[in-house]
Amino acid sequence: MTVDTRETDVLVIGGGLAGERCAVEAASRGRRVLVVSLVPPRRSHSCGAQGGMQAALGQVAKGYGDSPDIHFADTVRGADWGCDQDIVRRFVDLAPVAVRQMAAWGVPWNRVVPGRRTLPSGESVEERPEFAGLIAARDFGGTAKWRACHTADGTGHALLYALDGQVLRLGLEVLDRTEAVALIHDGGRCHGAVVRDLRTGALTACTARATVIATGGYGRLYGASTNAMINDGTGMVIALDTGVVALGNMEAVQFHPTALAPQNILITEGCRGDGGHLLDRSLHRFMPDYEPARAELASRDVVARRMTQHLRAGHGVEAPGGAHLWLDVRHLGRAHLETALREVTGICRTIAGLDPVTALIPVWPAQHYSMGGVRTDPDGRVPGLAGLYAAGEAACWDLHGFNRLGGNSLAETLVMGGITGSAVAADLEAPAAPPPAELAASCVGVQEDRIRRFASGTEGSECVHDLRRAMEGILLEHAGVFRTGAGLREAVDALADLAGRAARLGPRGGRTSAAGGADPETSAALRLPGQLRLAATIAAGALAREESRGSHFREDFPRRDDARWLVRTLATWEPGAQGPSLSYEPVRVTELPPGDRGYGEGSAGGVKRG
Amino acid sequence: MAEARVLTIRAFRHDPADQGSVPRLQDYTVTEEPGMNLFTALHRIRDEQDPSIAFDFSCRSAVCGSCGMLVNGKPRLACRTLTRDLPALIQLMPMPVFRLIRDLSVDTGVWFRGMNGRIESWLHEARPFDPTAPEERMDQATAEKVYDADRCIECGLCVAGCATAAMRPGFLGAAGLNRIGRFVLDPRDTRSAADFSVLSTGEGVFGCLGLLGCHDYCPKDLPLRERFAYLRRSLAWNLLGLGGRKR
Repeated sequence: MTVDTRETDVLVIGGGLAGERCAVEAASRGRRVLVVSLVPPRRSHSCGAQGGMQAALGQVAKGYGDSPDIHFADTVRGADWGCDQDIVRRFVDLAPVAVRQMAAWGVPWNRVVPGRRTLPSGESVEERPEFAGLIAARDFGGTAKWRACHTADGTGHALLYALDGQVLRLGLEVLDRTEAVALIHDGGRCHGAVVRDLRTGALTACTARATVIATGGYGRLYGASTNAMINDGTGMVIALDTGVVALGNMEAVQFHPTALAPQNILITEGCRGDGGHLLDRSLHRFMPDYEPARAELASRDVVARRMTQHLRAGHGVEAPGGAHLWLDVRHLGRAHLETALREVTGICRTIAGLDPVTALIPVWPAQHYSMGGVRTDPDGRVPGLAGLYAAGEAACWDLHGFNRLGGNSLAETLVMGGITGSAVAADLEAPAAPPPAELAASCVGVQEDRIRRFASGTEGSECVHDLRRAMEGILLEHAGVFRTGAGLREAVDALADLAGRAARLGPRGGRTSAAGGADPETSAALRLPGQLRLAATIAAGALAREESRGSHFREDFPRRDDARWLVRTLATWEPGAQGPSLSYEPVRVTELPPGDRGYGEGSAGGVKRG
Repeated sequence: MAEARVLTIRAFRHDPADQGSVPRLQDYTVTEEPGMNLFTALHRIRDEQDPSIAFDFSCRSAVCGSCGMLVNGKPRLACRTLTRDLPALIQLMPMPVFRLIRDLSVDTGVWFRGMNGRIESWLHEARPFDPTAPEERMDQATAEKVYDADRCIECGLCVAGCATAAMRPGFLGAAGLNRIGRFVLDPRDTRSAADFSVLSTGEGVFGCLGLLGCHDYCPKDLPLRERFAYLRRSLAWNLLGLGGRKR
């Protein structure tokens, strides 16, 4: 059998910030790089990041005295000690360099304006003249200092366009509208990936000595997510499907407190960082009742939980799409909303049809980020499969533990992307055997066979969209902000049932293409079985973890249990198995022993209510 | 409450890769819901009626620029187009100028990559990055001005609504001209308007017929008309030796 084949040194799967940063680093060290991306890189989900990028520059009044040490402590507390502290240390030391590197590549960061000003809280601060014109920062949740560097509230966009400019400058080849559907591997080494052209349906074997998974998160597995439509988790799936590499902490799922209701569009944490409040149906500002120390600016897991608790207690605003709460930014004033929060203001005006200058914004928590992902070593290498790497949200490095701080994901994409790119370039110094003959062809053959069987209609007549929607509902209901053993057991069973039905998928739409290749139904059908494995891995990990840590909150085990659970979940999936195999490894505690986060239900400063 | 409207979505269907495909319009009916936009309506059609219809969405919030199409003849981002602002018959066509992939999906990515390559759409900095040094200072007003131009999401509505782009394949379009403006405005970039050789040609700012569909259709409300004036003025000053040269 002859198959269409491409050969390169480095194959980067994903054209967002992590993938492109890795590609730029590897290419600038002389490696041939090929990037494949579901969409043109500038449309990657990185462009949706709004509020900021954490880096301890300490150049604004409320950030004076900031240091990587304080950023370290904030991040570890945010993670609820579920992270690897040596990774956090490496990250916080490099984040300021990453911000300045992006400035040198053209990001128009907001700058310090010297002089005295009054904050919305009434506090008066003086911005010192010696910092005039240097990079400014805003407040974000769970941080002791103002540290979120930003370009208004379009930070991800500005970063992505500047970085993609470097990809252009280096002349890197990018195949857009291309999806990696399987890794090419021999059980010990990864040799690239089978990719599918979403324009034509054609399959190509891209062989590479280094393959990097940088595909972001899987938010679309959930029925309510701030994620883009492309965040379908397939990068994590192709790693899981090897059977030999592990996904770390898949039960660690972040819910963002302020998704626009009912559209589930992100409304940046910067709204609260800049002084916005959360109100209930009585227009009462409820967060200080629960969290006297940090109020709206506790970590995301805590705020999302307190909001859900308040909604459950009947304090929500009834609406056709379901009960929601209010985000109030009116007191920040028109000038501020139309500059520092201009993108969110635009979203409210055009998509929700309301003006945040005068109106309250309806919000509720929605799935937002995956702390879990493809487990890597400190340089982005994936244990278990030589030549495979992962970076960014798709990876579990493990910087974020069980709750990521707002602004740490943009910083992670760039810091870890750079580290991984340089590891890739260094590893390629060693000679490597070419892939075994026929391996690539047989991997392509497996995928061709899947497509042929679906298109033939002989497998069955289950509709992919029906099953996908059922999966989204199961995760949202049972693996959400609050979880119970009974609910998670139900989820595991229901997902197994769906997996059985997914073996009988058939086309419902009439083929518009004689080739039967690139239509959206076939693409969805190819993805779904793997997505169900990913969903089952999330549910199984959550069921097994009998404690509450960060975003993983078990109502039947409401306390953090460091004696049993100061460990990371590792999930693998034997090909053909009915479910994942779970194992555990200790997290690395190098500097800060487990203690009080300073906010949340477990904190000595916390107040119980409701 | 008034009876919900029944909308007719009349969508263009064609697969250029399929020899047997004939371009046609296909009608779907959808019951309108409060707050419904074209993202919701098209996904309802794909999930419940016709899984084969192709269109592009990603962010759902007008930041990724994926979902441009002609809505009753006008270029719009489908995700931010509310059905309540439209009549009950909604005709959807793929954007012109860009290569058709199928149905409502067009290849904006390749077009923009080509344009960005031509104008070398990366910061041309004066000196190499020093990781040990603090960043170069910039005043906040300048940073805001640069971001204001940087905000273009390359959705292509300006190109789809442009008479020159329809007639002249090499025309940079408002998005390309705006992107040049972004680098000219940025004091960290060494290039002045006159350094962009294409700018003074018919494929640059002088190719514009001044119809300004771009300005009207831009979903980010970029001040494109003012940007063109700025570029023409900067070019004139540069070329007449009156100033505005960065080096």
